[in-house]
Amino acid sequence: MQPGALSKALKGGAIWGFIVLELIFFSIAGQFLSLSDTAFMDFDNMLLLLKQSAPIGIIAMGMTIVMVNGNIDLSVGATFAIAAIVLLDSMTWPIFAGLGDWVIPVAWLLALLAGTAFGALNGLIVWKTGVDAFIVTLGSMLGYRGIVFLFNGENPTSHLNWTLVDFAEAEFLGLATASWFLLAVTLGIWLLMTRTVHGRNAYAIGDNREAAVNAGIRVGPHMMINFAIIGFLAALSAVVFYSESGSVNPNDGQLYELWVITAVVLGGTKITGGAGSVIGTFGGVIAIQLLRKGLGHIGADTSTVNLVIGLILIAVLFLDRQLNLKGKEALRI
Amino acid sequence: MSHVKPVLHLEDIVKTFPGVRALDGVSFSVMPGEVHALMGENGAGKSTLMKVLGGIHQPDGGAIFMGEERVVMSGPLEAKAKGIVFIHQELSLAEELSVAENIYLGELPRKSFGRVDWVTLREKTDAILKKLNVAFNARTRVGDLSIANQQMVEIARALTVDAKAVIFDEPTASLTDAEKVVLFDVIADLQREGVGITYISHRMEEIFKITDRITVLRDGQYQGTLETAETNEEAVTQLMIGRKLDLSRNPSHHELGEIALEVRGLSCGSLYEDVSFHVRSGEVVGFYGLVGAGRTEIAETLFGLRTPSHGTILLEGEDVRLNSPADAIAKGISLVPEDRKGQGLVLGMNCRDNMTLPQVDDLKAGPFVAEGAEISIFDQYRDRLDIRTPGWKQKVGNLSGGNQQKIVIGKWLSMKPSVLIVDEPTRGIDVGSKSEIHKLLRSLAAQGYAVIVISSEMPEVLHVSDRIVAMYSGRVMRTFTSEEVTEDSLIQAISGLGGDKAA
Repeated sequence: MQPGALSKALKGGAIWGFIVLELIFFSIAGQFLSLSDTAFMDFDNMLLLLKQSAPIGIIAMGMTIVMVNGNIDLSVGATFAIAAIVLLDSMTWPIFAGLGDWVIPVAWLLALLAGTAFGALNGLIVWKTGVDAFIVTLGSMLGYRGIVFLFNGENPTSHLNWTLVDFAEAEFLGLATASWFLLAVTLGIWLLMTRTVHGRNAYAIGDNREAAVNAGIRVGPHMMINFAIIGFLAALSAVVFYSESGSVNPNDGQLYELWVITAVVLGGTKITGGAGSVIGTFGGVIAIQLLRKGLGHIGADTSTVNLVIGLILIAVLFLDRQLNLKGKEALRI
Repeated sequence: MSHVKPVLHLEDIVKTFPGVRALDGVSFSVMPGEVHALMGENGAGKSTLMKVLGGIHQPDGGAIFMGEERVVMSGPLEAKAKGIVFIHQELSLAEELSVAENIYLGELPRKSFGRVDWVTLREKTDAILKKLNVAFNARTRVGDLSIANQQMVEIARALTVDAKAVIFDEPTASLTDAEKVVLFDVIADLQREGVGITYISHRMEEIFKITDRITVLRDGQYQGTLETAETNEEAVTQLMIGRKLDLSRNPSHHELGEIALEVRGLSCGSLYEDVSFHVRSGEVVGFYGLVGAGRTEIAETLFGLRTPSHGTILLEGEDVRLNSPADAIAKGISLVPEDRKGQGLVLGMNCRDNMTLPQVDDLKAGPFVAEGAEISIFDQYRDRLDIRTPGWKQKVGNLSGGNQQKIVIGKWLSMKPSVLIVDEPTRGIDVGSKSEIHKLLRSLAAQGYAVIVISSEMPEVLHVSDRIVAMYSGRVMRTFTSEEVTEDSLIQAISGLGGDKAA
């Protein structure tokens, strides 16, 4: 084994080891603490978990490529809410009245277009102004949320279309629609990041931006495309989720950006960019959902869940730093 | 060669920066199949000239010709498109990506739907790597390679495009001798294909081995072009520094005091091994070696920034452990770091605050900072070091390099150290201020400080040191006194050749 291979293997496989650990812990603890009779590692329970992971998971795939690119997007939660409103509200617009159920694909398209446009706008601002993506998307997070409230004030926007609900609740080969979307997006972004020139350039830009510029890579357009992708995925996540629920509160999607970033970081993506993988992010998403579900299973309340996840995130980053140190000769900072 | 047109010709290039005439009518041309050396001290204008050629700076006067055609370089992209390839000394690589992706960065071969054509990419890369005779392959992650191998990846980029002119900027700074041979073969191949090569280096033996002509710059001015075959090292040096080298030797010694700092068998992982030396108070010891020889790492260890894996550090005969910079400062060791602007100064703060930064904790009047005490410290060292600034309120970022360096030195002197470590004291400082800094270092030794000077410039080391420690890849090869040292023996020692033989 080459030197450093062990720590690399540890880092690469860490998230899956963590998931196994969680499964074992909750299965055993569930025997003593759970109020329900069903075992934690019940097959149906796991399928449900995959479905519940979808809203965060779909956005996390986009966040992976944005963060590998060396940026971050805090506005995904607000984009998610905007897309949800566009989806539900457009189905009631009079101009689409004659379409019958054909309004569904139209509404989907509108919602996805809105998300893509808002994402691309973030990217355009980052590209043209050179302002750090953190600041730009912090601003757009507030701004986009403002748009959500402008639309219907504090009131929820609701529209139930039963055809749509049937589609969203359908199962194919035992997996729910939302799960299929999550898997498809994961596969798509994985192909994008590992197989295409755009994906490899995104890594290069995040790793050493100056080198990328010197090599003639056009940094700005690549970043804008990635922001458009995450906008699209935030909208897709909303489309999948609200097709089923049919009602959106103006506060929906808040803190989604933090859950998504937590999942991506847990999955091993470097906050500074240049390294990270979609498969790792998938692991991160599952790990977080397991933790939320598992803690609920043994009777912990939401605040405890948040506390535990916060502690685990810090512990993981600390561990990552320790594994990355090149021995004790390294420069102290 | 009058019938052959140069591939690349720069004519009367003028470039001014606020307050500095960085290039003053410099002309430079490269024939096809020629290796043309560009020489000059640091700050002579070599890198500015190359930045003008690469389109990073626009010249204020003069013109660039490629063949017959006058061209305007709008940026690095255009230079590359016109067949000008730069091999940078500072590595410009993405560490997480594979060797193949780095070599073809920005030009990955494509299949349909924007997919990377991995097969072609690996084939092309492996063909190039085979030519370079290296021990890694296209799939290796660049971050896992040694610095020397990373440099080889950088060099491999020159072979990807149909280059007309290739500029090598100090390509051998971190290469071993075997790798140098490969590099020189690559250069010879390019030569045969009629590529014009510009070779920037400080190393005379390389220059005389592979180049056809030598152009020398000094202080942004063109000093002349020599045929390599008809000149010698002495003549080139004289053009470079404007005086004979022998005159720049350190002429005087001071009364030496006790041993202030001694290091025995110090090792730090693979960074350096078994290093022993001592410095007396009143003495200047120069550390000379190539980039990566471990000199800066030793300084960082002595300043408490790294933990040594073996060995002892003795201060005035006492065994000490240095756990942090605060520890080192308290025990009387100060470090003037290599990167003045990044590590030594807070550029946006004024002169006084920079000077008193390490001791501002102690300068208190009640809960507030004692401004009067700060100003008096600043005044004292401004006079003593002859720092030229309009006043203490001046922002340090607005001072010249020489005065900035004096602020850093003053900052550490005000901490009353016994050992002063100075890493690359005159990097990026103009020639006039250089000799002033040199004089200052000599006079500090005369006042009883023990001074360690780390430098990559031979004239500087020869000029300021009483003794010179020559290092090669983490080991002390030999220690010279200023009487016995010769350039040849020093170069041999730092190249790892016969340094332990008596000269």
